[in-house]
Amino acid sequence: MGKASGFMEHSRETATRRPVTERVNDWFEIYQDFPEEKLRTQGARCMDCGVPFCHTGCPVNNLIPDWNDLVYHGRWKEALRQLHSTNNFPEFTGRICPAPCEAACVLGINEPAVTIKQIEKSIVERGWGEGLIRPEPPKFRSGKKVAIVGSGPAGLAAAQQLNRAGHWVTVYEKADRIGGLLRYGIPEFKMEKRIVDRRLEQMEAEGVKFVTNAHVGHSIPVEDLQREFDAILLAGGAEAPRDLNVPGRELRGLHFAMDFLPQANKRCQGDMLDSSLDILATGKSVIIIGGGDTGADCLGTVHRQRPISVHQFEIMPMPPAERASQTPWPLWPMQLRVEGAHEEGGIREWGVATTKFTGDANGNVKQLHGIKVGPPPKFEPREGTSS
Amino acid sequence: MQHWKTSNGLPPPQGLYDPTHEHDACGIGFVASIRGEKSHKIIEQGIQVLINLTHRGACGCDPETGDGAGVLIQIPHKFFARECEALGFSLPQPGEYAVGMTFLPVEKHPRLNCEGVLERIVREEGLSVLGWRDTPVNGDAIGRVGRASQPYIQQIFLGRPAEMDEDAFERKLYIVRKRAEKEVAESEIEDKEFFYVPSLSARTIVYKGLLLAPQIANFYGELSDPDAESALCLVHQRFSTNTFPSWKLAHPYRYVAHNGEINTLKGNVAWMHARQSILASPLFGDDIKNLFPIVEPAGSDSASFDNAVELLFQSGRSLPHVMSMLIPEAWAGNPHMKPEKRAFYEYHCSLMEPWDGPAAITFTDGRVIGATLDRNGLRPGRYVVTDDDLVVMASEAGVLSVPPEKIKSKGRLQPGKMFLVDTVEGRIIADKEIKKRLSSRQPYAEWLKENQITLDQLPEPTRMHAADHATILSRQRAFGYTDEDLKMIIEPMATKGEEPVGSMGTDTPLACLSDKPQPLFNYFKQLFAQVTNPPIDPIREEMVMSLISYIGTERNILDETPENCHTLKLPHPILTNRDLEKLRRVSRGDLLAITLPALFRAADGEAGLRSALDELSKRASLAVKSGYTLLILSDRGVDKDYAPIPSLLALAAVHNLLVREETRTLVALIIESGEPREVMHFALLIGYGASAINPYLAIETLEDLAARSYLPGQMTPDVAIKHFIKAVNKGLLKTFSKMGISTLQSYRGAQVFEAIGLNKDLVNTYFSGTTSRIGGVGLNVLAREAQLKHEFAFRAVTDADTELAVGGSYHFRVNGEYHLLNPLTISKLQHSVREQNFKTFQEYTELIDSQSQNLATLRSLIKIKKARKPVAIEQVEPAKEIVKRFTTGAMSFGSISKEAHETLAIAMNRIGGKSNTGEGGEDEERYQKDANGDWRRSAIKQVASARFGVTTNYLVNADELQIKMAQGAKPGEGGQLPGHKVDEIIARLRHSIPGVGLISPPPHHDIYSIEDLAQLIYDLKNTNPQARISVKLVSEIGVGTVAAGVAKAHADVVLISGDSGGTGASPLSSIKHAGIPWELGLAETQQVLLMNDLRSRIRVQTDGKLQTGRDVVIAALLGAEEFGFATTPLVAMGCIMLRKCHLNTCSVGIATQDPELRKKFAGKPEHVINYFFFIAEQVRQYMADLGFRRFDEMVGRVDMLDVQPAIDHWKARGVDLSAILYNPPLPGRVARHCVQAQDHGLANALDHQLIARATAALENREPVEMNFPIRNVHRTVGAMLSGEIARRYGSDGLPDDTIRINFEGSAGQSFGAFLAKGVTLTLEGDANDYAGKGLSGGKIVVYPPKQSHFAAEENILIGNVSLYGATSGEAFFNGMAGERFAVRNSGATAVVEGVGDHGCEYMTNGLVVVLGACGRNFAAGMSGGIAYVFDERGDFTEERCNLASVDLEPVIEPRDVELVHGLVSRHFELTGSKRAKCILDTWADILPRFIKIFPHEFKRVLGVSRTRQPYVPGQPLPVPELVEALHG
Repeated sequence: MGKASGFMEHSRETATRRPVTERVNDWFEIYQDFPEEKLRTQGARCMDCGVPFCHTGCPVNNLIPDWNDLVYHGRWKEALRQLHSTNNFPEFTGRICPAPCEAACVLGINEPAVTIKQIEKSIVERGWGEGLIRPEPPKFRSGKKVAIVGSGPAGLAAAQQLNRAGHWVTVYEKADRIGGLLRYGIPEFKMEKRIVDRRLEQMEAEGVKFVTNAHVGHSIPVEDLQREFDAILLAGGAEAPRDLNVPGRELRGLHFAMDFLPQANKRCQGDMLDSSLDILATGKSVIIIGGGDTGADCLGTVHRQRPISVHQFEIMPMPPAERASQTPWPLWPMQLRVEGAHEEGGIREWGVATTKFTGDANGNVKQLHGIKVGPPPKFEPREGTSS
Repeated sequence: MQHWKTSNGLPPPQGLYDPTHEHDACGIGFVASIRGEKSHKIIEQGIQVLINLTHRGACGCDPETGDGAGVLIQIPHKFFARECEALGFSLPQPGEYAVGMTFLPVEKHPRLNCEGVLERIVREEGLSVLGWRDTPVNGDAIGRVGRASQPYIQQIFLGRPAEMDEDAFERKLYIVRKRAEKEVAESEIEDKEFFYVPSLSARTIVYKGLLLAPQIANFYGELSDPDAESALCLVHQRFSTNTFPSWKLAHPYRYVAHNGEINTLKGNVAWMHARQSILASPLFGDDIKNLFPIVEPAGSDSASFDNAVELLFQSGRSLPHVMSMLIPEAWAGNPHMKPEKRAFYEYHCSLMEPWDGPAAITFTDGRVIGATLDRNGLRPGRYVVTDDDLVVMASEAGVLSVPPEKIKSKGRLQPGKMFLVDTVEGRIIADKEIKKRLSSRQPYAEWLKENQITLDQLPEPTRMHAADHATILSRQRAFGYTDEDLKMIIEPMATKGEEPVGSMGTDTPLACLSDKPQPLFNYFKQLFAQVTNPPIDPIREEMVMSLISYIGTERNILDETPENCHTLKLPHPILTNRDLEKLRRVSRGDLLAITLPALFRAADGEAGLRSALDELSKRASLAVKSGYTLLILSDRGVDKDYAPIPSLLALAAVHNLLVREETRTLVALIIESGEPREVMHFALLIGYGASAINPYLAIETLEDLAARSYLPGQMTPDVAIKHFIKAVNKGLLKTFSKMGISTLQSYRGAQVFEAIGLNKDLVNTYFSGTTSRIGGVGLNVLAREAQLKHEFAFRAVTDADTELAVGGSYHFRVNGEYHLLNPLTISKLQHSVREQNFKTFQEYTELIDSQSQNLATLRSLIKIKKARKPVAIEQVEPAKEIVKRFTTGAMSFGSISKEAHETLAIAMNRIGGKSNTGEGGEDEERYQKDANGDWRRSAIKQVASARFGVTTNYLVNADELQIKMAQGAKPGEGGQLPGHKVDEIIARLRHSIPGVGLISPPPHHDIYSIEDLAQLIYDLKNTNPQARISVKLVSEIGVGTVAAGVAKAHADVVLISGDSGGTGASPLSSIKHAGIPWELGLAETQQVLLMNDLRSRIRVQTDGKLQTGRDVVIAALLGAEEFGFATTPLVAMGCIMLRKCHLNTCSVGIATQDPELRKKFAGKPEHVINYFFFIAEQVRQYMADLGFRRFDEMVGRVDMLDVQPAIDHWKARGVDLSAILYNPPLPGRVARHCVQAQDHGLANALDHQLIARATAALENREPVEMNFPIRNVHRTVGAMLSGEIARRYGSDGLPDDTIRINFEGSAGQSFGAFLAKGVTLTLEGDANDYAGKGLSGGKIVVYPPKQSHFAAEENILIGNVSLYGATSGEAFFNGMAGERFAVRNSGATAVVEGVGDHGCEYMTNGLVVVLGACGRNFAAGMSGGIAYVFDERGDFTEERCNLASVDLEPVIEPRDVELVHGLVSRHFELTGSKRAKCILDTWADILPRFIKIFPHEFKRVLGVSRTRQPYVPGQPLPVPELVEALHG
């Protein structure tokens, strides 16, 4: 299995991102295609470990060494089957998963890890491209009915599995479109929404019913569901944002990410929005509070709306460029990450705690006051800094 | 110990001890007058031979009691006539009466009962009792233990009726004895177990007992009576692994004495038993029933063999005929054998299976006396014939001093050959003549031609099963195929034609603890040979191996008719679908097949399975009665209702019923099953009696893989299937050879397996005779497992499943089998030792120890009790003392990188533990400490079968010398380091050549039995008296008994390795299926050592995936005082269980030699040290809780262990650990740990005198010369002296010839072993086995006595296995050597005038010149060095040489010519060889008949190595230099 010496012969290579100047002008995904030949070479780097740490690093227990090997041998169809055996939607995870598998990759101990995420995405995209992913309606029906509340990735995965097991499944979504965070959380440049749509098409063809604008417990009484279904699965998301309770928080111009990002996605889908409710960075100076993934999503979205300037503040100190010693392999490493959005511009500041906001007379936010702080858990103010 | 006694004098089974695993091996010999002249002198000489073989025997706890000795002589008529006269009855003429030697109860009443029974039977059989004679014995002459169990010894004299001829009389006596044995055994007579008849014959009488050789003449006073006369005297000295008193198990038996072991005994005995129903002989008529059971129950292998010999002999075959039948030569693989002789053997093989195993057998019927060797020739036998027609044959030369001028010839027993003296004809009959006579008895060849059938002769089937791609997946699932089975087993076998290899041992649960449904096969473990008999190399010694089998109805073996060979001959046991269809439709002669379904209704579970088994057995029984001769048990037809019966279970059920109905031998059982897919499966089916197997689903899987183009290079299904079958067959040979078994026929039904985790009911019902010591699952679980697979198979397939279950038993998978070493445990362990964080370490051990969720090991079912009075932890022995008990495993530099190897050594030296070199030698620069005080020297130096780098200097730089008998990952196997891995450093350390592949033979060629091990221990102890000697064994049933033998062989330490350990590369089937957990092996060892009171004189160590403090404490409580670790220290240093050690691609620089990868090694000694201290701290905590202050108090306190309560696992609940936790009832004075040192018997070594006389040389390098007489009891001469030299001067030694020692006489074993540079031994006389073993620069010259008359080059001069593992030095032998001359030579130069079989085997370097005849298989596995052979007979190329790895070339290059001429000249100068003189005198004529044997690999690298400097200065290797010079 695999190519024993592959990792010694080939170095890590991943798909390149499109040039910044090009991509900030559109909303398409930022990664370029990766040639098959190279991909197989990358598959050959997998060492087929006796104890594949990647495989437990992966929250869905993807059989990573197995499909790496299949890709190396050009057996795409089998790779696709194996990939789907643990993961309903590799095209989502292959784009937006932070890839803890790669952080746990054994090769990563002393060499760049295997490009697992790239391979995952490529397997599934090839599957779509070649028409291998087709509706798989169940061979028989159990006659049981299941309601699933929430159409995010969890709800969708459950829906597909339960349907294929022969139950009649209906998915309820309070928003106007199916997909939850996939639809309205992930920016288009990370995952184009057609990716979600084609999967939904497959599911519909398999027999899953989707109901949108259906807020269970509000627009639809729970009792109705209880009457109609044999089982109800709650797959609602965690939508409560983390607020920042500092003076000035009430000023205009301060927004939660999950108010901002969905708008951008809706626009990309061609929705006409109520312009009075627009949250747009165009022509503004923007500060993003929070240096994590959501911050990065906002950052990329802001870039595409042509702001005057962007700053991103993170309360944690700047992580080391390499894996921090307190998170040794195979743990998820604390280390500096440079996402696509960071490449595109903006200034990242570390160890900044926001103390208050001040605004103009009209109640529009004008200033952010912060201090430099030390490391967690105390975040003690550093001397010499003040708001 | 009286209460322990059973019928054979051994204790009954208890705990893990089972008397059936006792072994013995020994010294044998005989003295005979060729002309049959009776004299008292012959007896005297026989006893003298026995005395001189004393060192081949052993004593147990009582030094005065040996393991047994005895003599067999002709009836001393003159003596008995005189004695009986005095007793008031007179004897008729010799031949007209018989003498029965009888052992009787000591108490009068039961004794009279026994005598009464015997007398009555005698009369009933129409014979008369002439009288009894109370045999005078001297009880004071023997040891305490011997005396305690001594029987009352009487002789009974029986008269021959006038009308009865002598042969009929002997037959009658046979019946009398068998009847009496049976009747007494079945009687209520008290002490009946004493009753035993050593001999009852009109021709011979046996004197034997539980005594030491020198005691026999004093005990049996009459042996010294001048009137006691015999023309022959056959003697035996026993070395047994046990020390339990047994008078009966002493040899000789009635016809034979045996040195060796019958490995296939279980099968042989079972088949003999099964045959009883069809035995018939006109000579016996109805009386034949009185002979049953033919094989006495509870006999040893030798006793059983003697029983078989007796039957065949008494029913009319001559003794030589019987011997050739039971222990045939290797005929199948010998194309040069005469056709008539082949036919003779083939005919007899189709009658019955060989009794296989290492055996030197001496035999006599009172008229002929002889000896024979098994096909492998693994036991020594030497003889001399004198000019007054006396023959002396014994395990060693020089056992009887014969003036040289009287010697007519000297010889040795040869593999498969017979040495026979006919005292009636008055001559020695050569093997050729014997075999010719036997072959021409009947037209065997014609009989075979007319009656034997082959598959080719059968008509092509009209229809065959085709692959069904549509349903294959569900069927694969139903049979439990996993993804891994396809990827890691079946596909590689089809691709490469061999078994796949893996590394890093196994850490998955035992089958009986696993949550996953297992194949029934996984509940069995292969047995393997260690110490008491050697495994075989099935590749290099292929000529002795055979997969041929004969199927059909067995006939009466006492008959000799053409019909007896009416069988179907199969070249191997794996049938393709086409083969099977041919068989299914066969209609030739008696052959008629029927197919019986082996399926059950899955829904019915256990009840369904049980009734299906009953139904199947019934059908089989009916089929036999209806005349079918081939029963095909088939599980074709699995569907959504029907699941397959596990194929092994179906087979066993049918086999058992037919055995009970006594019809088993009428039919052959053929398995048509989807289940078998790996070697172990096939081995098990054959081992439990299958004649052939059609693995149809494995075949279909290959067809399917090919159709989906999963096989490389567009391989066609036909090729893939061919490869697969080839791989299975190779694997089978390997499996047989692990157990020392050569032929499939002998393996079939031999049941050389142990069951782990099957309950008693199941085993007794279906696998009777198989050991299963911890209980386990029953039919209900087997049914459930079949159901689970079946449910998975016929459940709707969704994407949530992979096509097949992932498996995960070789590689970790989240949804697969549980692994102790998984991502979490590995990372926790690594984090803890790197950060020196005990808390993290405890998290790690918590994961391993609390296996309540994931039972994996036997110890997970064990609980450690709490003491009533714990002690404060401060009072417990400090951790720094405890870590001294820790060792790291034997991993060679070669298997792991220099960096990893040295890191381990530094760590262990810092904490006072011990690291182990492994088998690859050690760089001498590591012997000196580094500037920072670190020491990279490994305290333990391993001595393994290849003896790589084992020089005298290596041996003296050790604290412990470890003899590796087996390794956990692949017990019973050798190894191979491919040439590309042999870089310059590895080559230098192993004394070989860069780029040339290195082979480790499966056995140590100087250890074929327990007394050989004693000899090697003695050799090593001589070389380095300060080092302790350790013997590494692997757990299997009977390991405790072997360990007792090891203790008696004077080892200081015995290491019991578990099956799961192992870091090196091994075939996957060995990793998974050979050996058993250390818990069982260790507990058995402790119990057996205690029962023998041997525990006090040996330390016990254990290893095998020890991971936590709890593991150590459990091992200690079970009896270990030291502990080995290999996997976990590697993990501590960074190993992440890539399991790619065999591929050289270890990504963390541990198990690799790749310079780039080695740079990635990040391990530090501190990591290893932290690990061991963490373990020790945990141990201390347990000790405190247990109330032990000192570690020694804890050792063997098995009473502090209990079974883990509340385990309610669907499989584990049947497991019963009481045998492991058994505590033999012994008084407190019997020590539970080692309290005394072994007496190695070095005090009497001749070397003390040599050293004393060599002071000037040792101290001042001044030349010295000395003369000594020498005898065979002087063993290992020169080794201690050499150790002294190495200690002072390292590997440089002294200048050549500084110490010259001249000997006269017969040297004992290991003459000149490990002889260091600067010493020259010259011997006028002869030498025994292992001359020049491990030669390290010294020089040995041996020539026959000047006054002898025989032709030196035609007579045997030195024994077997000379120059084994020699690394440098020279040897000149003016005469012939035995088998395996210069085996594993890696540097010595030798000239010899003839060699036996397997000359220069596995040679990797050095130079050998043979000036005469060679045996077969010369140069097998030879990869380096050069040999030159004078091919006098012109048959070398065709018949003598194994051409697999060498080229043969003429000697024409001037440098070759010069070299050979020079060496022959030196040989002449040093030995005065007449042959050398003759060759030199006619040089030009003779030169064209010299052949140069040039290994391919050596040739290849020579082309390369001329352009570079392969050798480091200061490490001269003589031969490459010579060769370099040669090719300039």
